[in-house]
Amino acid sequence: MAALETPQSSTLRQAFGNVLSVFILLLIGILAFSIRLFSVIKYESVIHEFDPYFNYRVTQFLTKNGIYDFWNWFDDRTWYPLGRVIGGTVYPGLTLTAGTLWRILNSLNIPLSVETVCVFTAPIFSAFASWAAYLLTKEVKGVGAGLTAAALLAMVPSYISRSVAGSYDNEAVAIFALIFTFYLYIKALNTGSLFYATLNAISYFYMVCSWGGYTFIINLIPMHVLLCIVTGRYSSRLYIAYAPLVVLGTLLASLVPVVGFNAVMTSEHFASFLVFIIIHVVALVYYIKGILSPQMFKVAVTLVVSIGLIVCGAVLAVLIAMVASSPTKGWSGRSLSLLDPTYASKYIPIIASVSEHQPPTWPSYFMDINVLAFLVPAGIIACFLPLSDASSFAVLYIVTSVYFSGVMVRLMLVLAPAACIMSGIALSEAFGVFTRSIKFQLPGVTQNSPVNAGDTGNVMQNDVVKTEKSEDSLKERPSRKNKKKEKDNVERASVVPKTEKRLSVLPLEASVIAIFLLVLLGAFYVVHCVWAAAEAYSAPSIVLTSRSHDGLHVFDDFREAYGWLRHNTEVDDKVASWWDYGYQTTAMANRTVIVDNNTWNNTHIATVGTAMSSPEKAAWEIFNSLDVKYVLVVFGGLVGYPSDDINKFLWMVRIGGGVFPHIKEPDYLRDGQYRIDSQATPTMLNSLMYKLSYYRFVETDGKGFDRVRNTEIGKKYFKLTHFEEVFTTHHWMVRIYKLKPPKNRIRGKTKKAKSKASSKRSGTLKNNPWH
Amino acid sequence: MREIRFDLLLLFIAFYVLLAPVLSDLVISKLDRRVDLSSQMVRTTTSLKVENNGVGTVSEILLPFPDHQAKDLAFLMVTISEGKGKIKGVSGSLPIRVVKPEETPPALSWYLVSLPKELGKGESISLDVKAVFTHILRPFPEKITQADIQLLAFQDSAYYLSPYAVKVQTLTVKLPEPKVESYTKLENTKVSGSEIKYGPYENLPSFSYTPIVVHFVNNKPFAVARELVREIEISHWGNVQVTESYNIHHAGALITGEFSRLDYQARPHVRGASAFRNLVAKLPPRAHSVYYRDEIGNISTSNLWGDSAKTLLEIEPRYPMFGGWRTSFTIGYGLPLQDFLFQSEGKRYLNISFGCPMDEVVIEKLVVKIVLPEGSKDISVSVPFPVNQLEETKFSHLDMVGRPVIVLEKSNVVPEHNQYFQVYYKFNSLSLLWEPLMLISGFFFLFVTCIVYMHADLTISKSSASYMAKLQWDEVQTAIQQFQNIMNRCMTVHDKIEASLRDLSRTGDVQACKAARKAADSLLKELSKELKPLLSFLQSSPQAVQILPKVEELVAKEKELQEKLMLKHSTVVDCYEKKLGGRETENRVASVQQKITLLRQEAEDLFEIIDEI
Repeated sequence: MAALETPQSSTLRQAFGNVLSVFILLLIGILAFSIRLFSVIKYESVIHEFDPYFNYRVTQFLTKNGIYDFWNWFDDRTWYPLGRVIGGTVYPGLTLTAGTLWRILNSLNIPLSVETVCVFTAPIFSAFASWAAYLLTKEVKGVGAGLTAAALLAMVPSYISRSVAGSYDNEAVAIFALIFTFYLYIKALNTGSLFYATLNAISYFYMVCSWGGYTFIINLIPMHVLLCIVTGRYSSRLYIAYAPLVVLGTLLASLVPVVGFNAVMTSEHFASFLVFIIIHVVALVYYIKGILSPQMFKVAVTLVVSIGLIVCGAVLAVLIAMVASSPTKGWSGRSLSLLDPTYASKYIPIIASVSEHQPPTWPSYFMDINVLAFLVPAGIIACFLPLSDASSFAVLYIVTSVYFSGVMVRLMLVLAPAACIMSGIALSEAFGVFTRSIKFQLPGVTQNSPVNAGDTGNVMQNDVVKTEKSEDSLKERPSRKNKKKEKDNVERASVVPKTEKRLSVLPLEASVIAIFLLVLLGAFYVVHCVWAAAEAYSAPSIVLTSRSHDGLHVFDDFREAYGWLRHNTEVDDKVASWWDYGYQTTAMANRTVIVDNNTWNNTHIATVGTAMSSPEKAAWEIFNSLDVKYVLVVFGGLVGYPSDDINKFLWMVRIGGGVFPHIKEPDYLRDGQYRIDSQATPTMLNSLMYKLSYYRFVETDGKGFDRVRNTEIGKKYFKLTHFEEVFTTHHWMVRIYKLKPPKNRIRGKTKKAKSKASSKRSGTLKNNPWH
Repeated sequence: MREIRFDLLLLFIAFYVLLAPVLSDLVISKLDRRVDLSSQMVRTTTSLKVENNGVGTVSEILLPFPDHQAKDLAFLMVTISEGKGKIKGVSGSLPIRVVKPEETPPALSWYLVSLPKELGKGESISLDVKAVFTHILRPFPEKITQADIQLLAFQDSAYYLSPYAVKVQTLTVKLPEPKVESYTKLENTKVSGSEIKYGPYENLPSFSYTPIVVHFVNNKPFAVARELVREIEISHWGNVQVTESYNIHHAGALITGEFSRLDYQARPHVRGASAFRNLVAKLPPRAHSVYYRDEIGNISTSNLWGDSAKTLLEIEPRYPMFGGWRTSFTIGYGLPLQDFLFQSEGKRYLNISFGCPMDEVVIEKLVVKIVLPEGSKDISVSVPFPVNQLEETKFSHLDMVGRPVIVLEKSNVVPEHNQYFQVYYKFNSLSLLWEPLMLISGFFFLFVTCIVYMHADLTISKSSASYMAKLQWDEVQTAIQQFQNIMNRCMTVHDKIEASLRDLSRTGDVQACKAARKAADSLLKELSKELKPLLSFLQSSPQAVQILPKVEELVAKEKELQEKLMLKHSTVVDCYEKKLGGRETENRVASVQQKITLLRQEAEDLFEIIDEI
């Protein structure tokens, strides 16, 4: 009968389900990849922004010179004259990934350029990340939730913002590594398999290679282990999942040059060791509990606790002494600013000056995770029904990441996967409830459905019952013994408690409307994501476009300037600019820079900041002492490009003033206000940055109207004595000045009047337009 | 400059004395020389009429050029001009070779032109000599500011330098603009508009030389490509892909001092006259997928127009090119295969132009690479002028042995070299299918391996303990599945009994109920029979030790449940037969019912436990 067919049909159904979910996953991967291609289609296949240019340059070096030269690479093109040991100070994960990818492709005779590989690394890894999210959520709440979470993650705007094609940054691969590490942890926790635990350590190693955010993993997992132990969920599986991670993971992490001994020396990692000790103590306790009788156990406990307390106290004392001896208490500046959100703005202006280190605003939550923000609470509730090891991890993950994203807008990226997983669970559960309600209440299945829901709930459990039962219920007619039947049903419900207790049945209309609304919500999310991917996050920021009445206008000034530097200056010339443009200058112009976006030397940045804030002569002296030949400033006043150097100028003053006290911020502010118009302070109007930005600007329109600040500039006609303009781009966005060679010293410094005269004469000789 | 010229003059006088008697058989009766200075190249067109005044026949004519010009001679062509106005085909290009006649001083380079037919006594022939020189225009002054105009100096001889005596000759120098800074004034010198005319001069002996210098304004683009690599890749799928990498600089007067964008934008033709903004590439018609980029990305300043005769690509470098400024970029485009690939005598040949598609660019070193499809054989090249030829191999998409690459190198290339050349090769069309087949088979084998892997048993040792254990475990699992199946069916039967009771309560049909009971009984018996071998197997298997107690418990529970159900059933049926009231029936059954419920729950729990195992 039917009973004989069911095993076959159920395996068939399962196989079909598997194929379907593989197919869906494939589509999700394609979606994740292709939604990130807007930047290539709308602009071009080009590396974006600032940091990706550095990564791109490192990858170029790696592919050209090989891995050993890469580890030993001392870069003399940056931080002149200090240089930078790239091999030892960079997270190599991304570079090695793209380099390997390129090598594999080339060995298969697929001649893709390094740039192309770099551009498409991020979209490829976001596809991987959504698959990893599927695996993780599947471990937490099953296949349905997994697929939903993967689909949500494939297009969550927050992640798109960091992984569009061309955004070749550490986060692109790190989010995948993060989710995959969590998945392997949960898998190891669920299965208790040492195999997965080892994989977990390797995946953690990859994460350490990729991003400084690995400290999140090495703190979150111990937190979860601790939570499990405290709530009495300790098991051997927990031990297997955790202990190998700490041992192997720490060993592997210290192999990464940039981490090295930090893996055991800094406070970020101490939590994991502490929990490592605790879990061993707990394991020992459980073991002893198993072999001793209860009385003996009590004795043992008192003994162990007293000894253990002494030992722990000693260890703690040593640790505290060690930690306290370091000025930052063993925490790095960025970690401290995470723990204390006001730390950076108080002590390290350089961290605070980066916009992505600011706390986010409420709209940015809506922009970045959209409807997920509303679904997350539902997901958390679903995780508690019932609470398993895996779902408690998911809850812990979302809670911590919400906190971190609240501190730094950049860490919204860590929140996004958690939000997707939670929303995936919520959506999947909601759909489950609603579709089940509808299924049981559809007229074709049962007649007096609310009553029979219990029966059919049973059907869900085994198919054998299903056919028979539905036949039965079809035959049923309303009878006088309704009461008995109801009772019968109630009893039945209690027979299969586990499935039926959860099965709350909603009215048909309500569930139909709810499903409709959920679909609408999902549609809204999709529309928002596509919009965000297409409009908000796809600009490469080195090419700007504006739409005007006569069509699209392209501002390609940055590359114009870098191209000019690349071709028309000497190979060894040094270019000074604010640190934002350091990476781009080294990568695109191939010239030596003084400071770059890797802000490791505050003093050096402060020197450049001081030079920019000083009057011309002092600045010339600073730059000359640094062997600088060209000075590059970004100026948006002509076309209204807001993130130019004048708008960043206060940070230069602050950072410069932080090291060189003769630069004082109040000197540049008029009554606490930053202005460049006629009310501006003389210090401001005489600063090098002002002069280089507005040199001959007044001649463009006769008034010198700055379109960014929406004001006329304060000092209009002035000349440069120590610098000369050598290049200005088409829209004036980048201006490059050359340091004039020093004057001959024959006249001596004592005769001031004479030297003045000579300077004047030399000025006329140079055919200065102001004479 | 003046000194050099003076030296040359001395030299020429020296070998005039030496050579004059040797080559005096021929006389040039009429000579018109036009020097075109309107671009950065110097194009001279000399039409000369040669007469044989000697005794013997002459089949060769010598053309000398001073070394300082000859080293910059990019192109030289001699044609026979057949009457005026009638230009007869292009077949007239005569073979030229470099010779070094004996007893010649080193400051001259000689080119020997072979005439198509020997020139008898008293016969004459008219020739057109076209020569193109590069780099012989010198910017003077060498450095200018942004606002200055670019001045160039050109030096040559007013008289045609020839080993033969010249009866009548004229020289016309054409300038780009009618602005001359200075020029050497000789007798019979006229300036009209943008032309300077020297001559006619009559009856000059061989090797006459009078230096002239023209200093003039030329703001034409001085785009010189240090190197141009053209890669022409043939795909028999229907595309010829051309990629051209330029390394261009402005070879005119160097810019000095400030570059002010303000001045440049306000008065681009005054302050920035010497700079060039754009270049126009004339691509073949139906060029598609055109791109223009450099190593840091796409360059957005380009325009493309196309009609049936040509495709025009106007490209603008990232910045205006002032004197001495450099840039590099790549343009690429695809061309339809059928326009360029033809077949003849069993061979295919590619017929495509050699030089650069931009008219104003001088190329110092041109490398043309023709990438033929993988598997091409019998490759030969025919180029209308001498080039350096190499062969390479290139690996591209899905190549196994690599594609043959013909590399043609030539230095000092001018637009006159933009001639068609041919590459002949043999290629079997079936080889086209090789790569798709490789892909298909690759994927096929991938899937096959997956299938094999899923189905194959990769255990190394078939007798090892763990393997045996695994096998046994599999058996146990199947047994347990069967067991579960049977149990499920038992439960179904129980449900049926319950259902029959319910039917009874509704319809009161005792007989039907009894029949159901009977059917259920027989079914249960069958099931218990089926269950026996399974249970005995599970008892015998060592792997099932863990699960066995649960299984047995479940069996026991099921038995009990069965009994209770039967009891309930018979009680209810009894009650019905005795026509007792519903309430009483319920009372009687109640205790049994409770038990049943309990048992059921326990059975379900057991089910789940077994499931988990």
